[in-house]
Amino acid sequence: MTVATVDFISTDLARGRGGGGPAPTRIVVAYGFWIFLLSDFVLFSGLFAAYAVLSGNTAGGPTGSELFNLRNVFIETMCLLFSSYTCGLGALSAERRQPGRFLGFNVLTLVLGAAFLIIESTEFAAMVAKGAGPSRSAFLSGFFTLVGTHGVHVTGGLLFLVYMMAQVVAKGLRPHVLRRLLCFSLFWHALDIVWVGVFTLVYLMGAR
Amino acid sequence: MLGNLTWAAIPLDQPLPLYAMGVVGLVILAVLAVVTVKGWWPYLWREWITSVDHKRIGAMYFILGLIMLLRGYSDAIMMRTQQAIAIGDAQGYLPPDHYDQIFSAHGSIMIFFVAMPLVIGLMNFVVPLQLGVRDVAFPTLNSVSFWLTATGALLINVSLVIGSFARTGWMGYPPLSELAFSPDEGVDYYLWPLQISGIGTLFTGINFVTTILKLRAPGMTYMRMPVFCWTALASNMLIVAAFPILTGTFVMLLLDRYLGMHFFTNDLGGNQMMYVNLFWAWGHPEVYILILPAFGVFSEVAATFSGKGLFSYRTMVWATLGICVLSFLVWLHHFFTMGAGADVNAFFGIMSSIIAVPTGAKIFNWLFTLFRGRIVFTTPVLYLIGFMITFVIGGLTGVLLAVPPVDFVLHNSAFLVAHFHNVIIGGVLFGMLAGYNYWFPKAFGFTLDERWGKASFWCWLIGFYLAFMPLYMLGLMGMTRRLQHIPDPSWQPLLLVAEVGAIVIFLGILCQIAQLYVSIRTRDLRRDLTGDPWNGRTLEWATSSPPPAYNFAILPRVETIDAFWQMKRRGLPPVEPAYEAIEMPRNSPIGFVNAFFATIVGFALIWHIWWIVILGLLAAAVGILVFGWSENREREIPAREIARLERARSALGRPA
Repeated sequence: MTVATVDFISTDLARGRGGGGPAPTRIVVAYGFWIFLLSDFVLFSGLFAAYAVLSGNTAGGPTGSELFNLRNVFIETMCLLFSSYTCGLGALSAERRQPGRFLGFNVLTLVLGAAFLIIESTEFAAMVAKGAGPSRSAFLSGFFTLVGTHGVHVTGGLLFLVYMMAQVVAKGLRPHVLRRLLCFSLFWHALDIVWVGVFTLVYLMGAR
Repeated sequence: MLGNLTWAAIPLDQPLPLYAMGVVGLVILAVLAVVTVKGWWPYLWREWITSVDHKRIGAMYFILGLIMLLRGYSDAIMMRTQQAIAIGDAQGYLPPDHYDQIFSAHGSIMIFFVAMPLVIGLMNFVVPLQLGVRDVAFPTLNSVSFWLTATGALLINVSLVIGSFARTGWMGYPPLSELAFSPDEGVDYYLWPLQISGIGTLFTGINFVTTILKLRAPGMTYMRMPVFCWTALASNMLIVAAFPILTGTFVMLLLDRYLGMHFFTNDLGGNQMMYVNLFWAWGHPEVYILILPAFGVFSEVAATFSGKGLFSYRTMVWATLGICVLSFLVWLHHFFTMGAGADVNAFFGIMSSIIAVPTGAKIFNWLFTLFRGRIVFTTPVLYLIGFMITFVIGGLTGVLLAVPPVDFVLHNSAFLVAHFHNVIIGGVLFGMLAGYNYWFPKAFGFTLDERWGKASFWCWLIGFYLAFMPLYMLGLMGMTRRLQHIPDPSWQPLLLVAEVGAIVIFLGILCQIAQLYVSIRTRDLRRDLTGDPWNGRTLEWATSSPPPAYNFAILPRVETIDAFWQMKRRGLPPVEPAYEAIEMPRNSPIGFVNAFFATIVGFALIWHIWWIVILGLLAAAVGILVFGWSENREREIPAREIARLERARSALGRPA
């Protein structure tokens, strides 16, 4: 059969692609984590869709423009974006086997991530105190669930980071620790991408 | 202290479920007693419960699916019997509240805990062997997936004795599933088990997409992968893309129920149709998650038993991928009556009809594979032929239902019930049973009895036609689905035929049990010593039956599709290769431990026992942290040990 004899290998002998045989562990782990992140994006897509459908259903309650404080959200956004920058610097330090710098940059990541969470929870608490909690209207259910799910992810990311920093301190930058750090970096940057969507769709479009 | 859980949760006033569960409880106790007395626990713990071997996990998935099939079937026969007798003045033996729980449980269990475990079990067992590799990408995660699925199956069955199940149907549509109309634990018994097992399924999807795309034997380019691997890839891509939608949707419904939110409520801006849309945005891809691997099984069966390569491999691959994409563009045909307007309905009607094109192409591929082949009429081939005829009928009624004006008449009728049972039994179930008969010798080292296998096939086939063709007619006569009482006595004759069909299907199940029993008793006469009982074409048949833990001592080099066929034609190398040590993943209890806590947390969530929820989550987190710290997750099998195993195997009759 002609199909069978066409040879795809000659141009591409890299392991894990084409006919090169199984990929090395580092590639497999990172690739699997990518697929997991894609599935997480699908989960967020569902929540975004629900928010988009429900955003007008305020049921006589407060609307986005009455509730959102764009100045706070801007500070929040900057915290998260800069935390990604420090996370990236931390990843580069890890690649260069500089555990001290790695820990230093990621302490900054932790502080910025925590600041993001504090601003977000203050915003949530103020809204609930005003009687604009998640059970007030479908719009607010969608808002709290979408933004809250992102917040839960950030919290999980911070715990992940603390755990990985402990592993770096205890074991040093060994190959399996580096693989897990790679996954953490991917996770943290993915949360930024989701936040860009939240910032645009929820806050910028909702504050008008 | 115990949340909403009181003694009233035990249905002492309903003898039927209590007796049923009493019997099941006794059987479970007896099994546990035998295992304890015989001292099998250490073996089970070491070789099965903590195993991360894809072959063992696959077998456990399949066994779970078969056991749950018995549960799902008992729901079915109870419904059929109720409908056959509750006509006119007679009220039957099932009160509406109980009947509603049964049809809800039947659907949920058959989809999530029968079809899914069977499909995932088969993929687990077969895919790494066909790819010529030693395990999946993440073996421990694979064990976690299985045990989470088992947790879901356990929790959904707990509802038989403690509390009650949902009355909402297997889709759990709001507003009926909202707290206002389903205030008790029934809907929670639907949501939490599916959430827990859904996470397991998502992990499976991630694991298999990574395995198929990143771990293949040297030389196995995409266009040399066996078709079953292609269908598994498509199915798992759909899992990754669709299951998070279900998880998200159920999260919203749970938030409505537990925190008083308003996603799908009647008041304060909730939107029920959003649930229906989101549910089917998962639900339609789900049916292709189930059917595509069945198509893969039939492709392997057709090629192997007609002794020639699959007709037009490329068409098969592209048809599979086409279906994969199209499956996301048809979800609205589940609710044409929503009132989205003529344009939207026309679009989805046309898309739904288009999806029949790649499926039709596949039917022709199988036909041309059989054409002029030297067909060996084994049980899997009977399932293949039965499938092709039955599935075409189911596909045609599907195309009929895809026409919006027709659907307005037939939606929610027995016609629809007949249609999806036609494609799920005639497609998915026949496929899984064909795969079971086909790969059983590979998994356990001896073939299944053909006579009982064929008897089982004929019972399933005839039983299916007797049970569901009358439902097509009843649907056209105006009978709606889920009726606890039949208002029109003229429907009784057809309902009695359907009842007979359900009994014939039961005979099929009995034949299968007999087949397994007879085959195990006579296993010494039916050993598969060559590892290749069917003159197979793909790499799984290059290993011994059952394969060693490491599958392949030396990873095979692949130069064509049907790699093993080509190896056989060339003959095996005469000199013994130099074996090298192999690294294999160590066993891990993390999957089982996780599932243990997931069961406790799930149960506590259903009954609002918050302190147990918190303690259970903390314990699970500690388990994950301990596992996440470990590094020495591989063990090495020394080269000498491998050489010993391989020599022992060639002494058994492999052509050297």
